[in-house]
Order: sequence, then structure tokens, then C-alpha cells
Amino acid sequence: MSIPLNIIKSCFVPLNIENVDTDQIIPARFLKATTKEGFGKNLFRDWRYENNDETKPKKGFVLNNPLYSGEILVAAKNFGCGSSREHAAWALKDYGFKAIVSSFFADIFKNNALNNGLLPVQVSDHFLQKIFSAIAKNPEAELEIDLEKQTIKLLDHSKHSSAEETFEINPYKKTCLLNGFDDIDYLLSLKKDIENFERSYTL
Amino acid sequence: MGKTLFEKIWEKHVVKQIEGGPSVFYIDKHFIHEVTSPQAFTGLNKRGIKVFRPEQTIATADHNVPTLNQHLPIKEELSRLQVEALKKNCAEHGVELYGLGHPFQGIVHVIGPELGITQPGMTIVCGDSHTSTHGAFGAIAFGIGTSEVEMVMATQCLLQSKPKLMRINIEGVLNEAVVSKDIILYIISKISASGATGYFVEYAGSAIRSLSMEARMTICNMSIEMGARGGMIAPDETTFHYIKGKTFAPQGEAWNHKLVYWKTLYTDADAKFDNEINIDAADIEPMITYGTNPGMGIGVTQKIPTADTVNENDRSGLSKSLAYMGLQEGAAIKGQKIDYVFIGSCTNSRIEDLRMVASFVKGKKKAAEVEVWIVPGSKQVEKQAIEEGIDKIFADAGFMLRQPGCSACLGMNEDKIPSGKYCISTSNRNFEGRQGAGARTLLASPLTAAAAAITGKVTDVRELISNTNQ
Repeated sequence: MSIPLNIIKSCFVPLNIENVDTDQIIPARFLKATTKEGFGKNLFRDWRYENNDETKPKKGFVLNNPLYSGEILVAAKNFGCGSSREHAAWALKDYGFKAIVSSFFADIFKNNALNNGLLPVQVSDHFLQKIFSAIAKNPEAELEIDLEKQTIKLLDHSKHSSAEETFEINPYKKTCLLNGFDDIDYLLSLKKDIENFERSYTL
Repeated sequence: MGKTLFEKIWEKHVVKQIEGGPSVFYIDKHFIHEVTSPQAFTGLNKRGIKVFRPEQTIATADHNVPTLNQHLPIKEELSRLQVEALKKNCAEHGVELYGLGHPFQGIVHVIGPELGITQPGMTIVCGDSHTSTHGAFGAIAFGIGTSEVEMVMATQCLLQSKPKLMRINIEGVLNEAVVSKDIILYIISKISASGATGYFVEYAGSAIRSLSMEARMTICNMSIEMGARGGMIAPDETTFHYIKGKTFAPQGEAWNHKLVYWKTLYTDADAKFDNEINIDAADIEPMITYGTNPGMGIGVTQKIPTADTVNENDRSGLSKSLAYMGLQEGAAIKGQKIDYVFIGSCTNSRIEDLRMVASFVKGKKKAAEVEVWIVPGSKQVEKQAIEEGIDKIFADAGFMLRQPGCSACLGMNEDKIPSGKYCISTSNRNFEGRQGAGARTLLASPLTAAAAAITGKVTDVRELISNTNQ
């Protein structure tokens, strides 16, 4: 069981970079841990700090910009490509993100995120551009993601919806996230079916 | 309508179809390693359950092991603890471990095939995106995250939605000095680092059929670098010949029985793909990457693209990449100075790769200022290289033959490229910092890497080959 997700309404952090790979999200040298906790402090480590030094944050990097904060990260297309390391999803979640918005997600990352209650929201290129322009004008712009309704709204100064789009999510995964179910519980409940399958199966 | 190779294997492994959701998908072989398994074992222990089918699970230590002095305890504490955790977990759950010191130890995607564990028609997963390598045998093989590792440990199943299917046909005869690494770098340069996301790819055509098993593995290995979930090649006589006699290959009557089944594993003539791409083998020259994703590749004689030749959306990516790489748009890549050469990784560390490099460098010396690391894919590859005298050829050339592991492909152990240095690498990723913070990676074939080792700069290997022939 994980914490059920439904509505996420928050300011957001704009990361307008394409093809953000999981080596950037969490470099390999931080994969030596044998637990899932504590990866957030090394999230985007080499983009975040000069010479790997936590006392020297890189000024140009968005996580170091005090203008931006929130529970939602908005990134350009093909977010999470590369290595299958689930540590990338753990790091984003541990840092405090609950949803990632992009116009395109790499497959394995998307699954890893869903398996950790981190919601990947795929929007159109057009809507993504609207989000980036909105925050360029107003760093306090917000997003409201409603998982049940599968909608994402961009909220303007007066917190009114200035744009809205629906997003796709696998209905099974949606049920899991809304209820905090996990796949392993479900698969374990099918043990008899799996054993029956094995008996009738020859490779 | 006929079926694709993928569909034939997929349908045989569906335990149950969830209405409006994914399939419960059965896994034949599960490879695990020290980096992406500990949290999954912790998950099982918390639930109070054991690995469901330990005999279908194979473990090795590869990502985080040193490649020198493997007989000594691992110096770096966190790495040592991670490798020890794997040992303890495997012992508690009855999983066979080919750990450090074992004659079968090596990179997970090298040992599976060389031991005959990887076979046609299988479903194979591992907590590593390069699991697609095993697809070269006509298997459905793909990388998974740690939650999924735990699912397979707990139930031997995954929840999977059927991907879209793409076929890439490469017809014709390859040019001189063009090897399978060049083919896959060429494909990715054409369709981009995300061009196959959502797809499972079948590679076909006469150029693919002409390749050895090890060369086919190099191609399937990098499927993930264009976003594909996996890649596969229909098994044929080359495949059967490779598997026959391997340690865990079927024998006697079992072999004959399997062979009948394996010969049914091909895409029917009237099967349909969601997307199909045709490539002429003659268009491919030795390839090299100049940027920070594997799609940023060009022929070695070509110039780095300029901003006005790339699509508007890709411009900021190009300038960011070139700034990191310290390279200029519009410049030739040939002649670029190199500091390190890394020949290894699950892409190119098999015995054929080492033989290819050895036959090229025999009698040559590396450029004085270049450091050359050769990291064999497994203990068996290392042993064979020594038996064939390849180690001596490397020593004479000034190349350092290290011990098996993932090494500088991902810079998790101490094998890192220093910040700002250029490394021509036979691995699979040129991401920022992949080989060490600030390291600059140029991906290429073992031949092109070996040529750079000799000259100290990016070189068209064909020029050296024709010199040798004169």
C-alpha cells in the first residue's frame, strides 16, 4: 500500500530541458545504497552543485532558484530516458515531487514512477509550451491535476483556470493510485492462477 | 492474418488478461545484480515471503565491482556492502550467484548468452535497461525497475501492456570496417533517442542475417537508446549453432525438441507492424557520437551539425550538448583529440570484440598520451582472451586488460573518466557525466575506438586498414 493520490494543486518547477536522462536525475555514484530513502538530496546532483559541492549551488539551475517551488516538476519531452534505475523515481519523490508533467515520458521511467505513487502526466506539446510561458510571466502560476477526472489545469494570477487539458492513464494504474494499491499485492492474489499456468505451460 | 515473432512469444506467456488493463505476463528467466535488487529483497522480507521461483533467477555482481585486484576485498565501503548484501540475499532465498571469484561471473548481459541460459522464445527481464541484449536470440527481453524486480521475485510475473511493434529492415552488404555498433548508432541517429518509445523493435533484413550472434547482441543491446522497450531478431542457424553445447543449453532429446519449437519463431509474411523502417546497409559508414545522447551520431567523415540544419525544437539541446562536450557546430569530428579509450560494457566486451581489436592493433602501439582500458565482459571472455594470446597483443600495444564488470560505462566503481577529458567508448550512453562527472564521451565501435587509441584522435579506421594492406 502507498498513499492514495487524487488532486494535486501546487506551484511548479519548470525544467525546460529535453531528453532528461536518469543519469542526470540521479548519477550512478549514488546508487550504492541498499534502501529506498534519502535519494532526494542527490536529485540532479551534477546540475545542482558546482564540483559536487553542496555549499556551491549552481545559480542557473532551476531547483536552486528561489522563485520556483512546488510539488510538480514540469519538464520538456522524453523525460526519464536511459537507465532503468528506479532510484530516479525515488529521488524525485523523496525531494517532494508528487507529479511530473512532460509532453513525453520514457517507458521504464513511467512505470517506475507509477509504481511509487509519483504521477507522470503526459500533455500535448502545445499545452506544455503554455505552461512554460505562463511561469515565465508569473512564477506563482499553479497547476491543478485531478487524477479521478484525468484533467490538468493551468491556473493564472487570480487562480482561475486559464487552460485545461485531459490526460491518459491506464485504468488499472489509475485505480491503484487512487486507492494506494500496489501491483505486488494484486499479483500475489493471483498465485493460484500463476501455478495453474505453470502446470499447463511448456516452453 | 499472420503473427509477428513478438506476438508468438507474447501470447504464450499471458497468464491472464485484466479487463481494460495490462496482462499478467509470465517471466522465464530473471537476472539480478547488486544495484537494483537490494530494495526488492527488502520488500520480500517485509512481506515475509521468499523468491517464488529461485531456479529461474540468476544473480551476478557486475555494476559496482572493481576491475583490478578482484581477489582482494572491495575497498570502497558502500560498494562492498552492496555486493555483500547480494550474497546474503541470494543465500537466504536460494538464488544461484555468480559473484566475484566465480568462473561464470561477468556482466549480466554477457553471461546469460555465453552460458546458454538465454534461449529463443523466452521471456527475460532484469533490473537493467540493456536487458534488450538477450532479444538477439529471439526472446522478449526488457529492463525493469526495482518494484518490478520485486514483483518477479514474488510471483514470476509482471503486469504488462502489449507495446506497439516496429520492424527495422537493413538490407544489403555492409561497407568495409562497418560493424554492428555502427549499424545501431546509425539507426538511432536517424530516428532519434526517443524515436522508438512505446515500441518493441524487430531487426530484420539481409544485413542483420549476415551478423554473428555477438554482433546481433550489440544491436539489440542499444534498442533502449532510441526509447524502445526492447529489440529482437528471429533465431536462425547462426543462433542454434551459437547455443549448442553451451553450459546450460538443452542436450540430447531435449535439444531436438526445443529446436522444433525454435524454428517456428519468426514473423509470418503477412504479419503487420505499427511502424516499419527500411535502411540500406550501403549508406552506413563508421559512426561516432558528438553530443550527449546516443541519437547525436554522425559518420566519422561528417561534420557536426549546425543549429540551422536541425529542427527548431532541437536547437537548444544541440547548443547545450556541444557546450558540455567542448565541441563546435559545423566542425569535423575527425581529428578530435582523445584522452581515454574504453573498450568494454554489455554492448561491446565479448570475445569477438576483443578479437576484432586485437587483430587491428597487433604490432601497433597506442599514442603516448592516451590511456586505454579493455574491460572484458566476463571471466570466461577474460580466460579465452588469455588462452588466445590476445592479452599479449594488448600488453604490447600498451592497452590495459582489466577484470570483468560494467566499469567505465556508468562510472559507478572507481573506473571514471576525469572531468573535461575525452573518452572514445564502446559503451552505450554518452549522457552528461555518465562516465564520471564532467567526462566527455564519444560512442563508437571497437574498431573506431582502437584506431583512436593508436592515433590519439578520432580517426577513420579505414585509412589505417588500407595503410596496413599496402
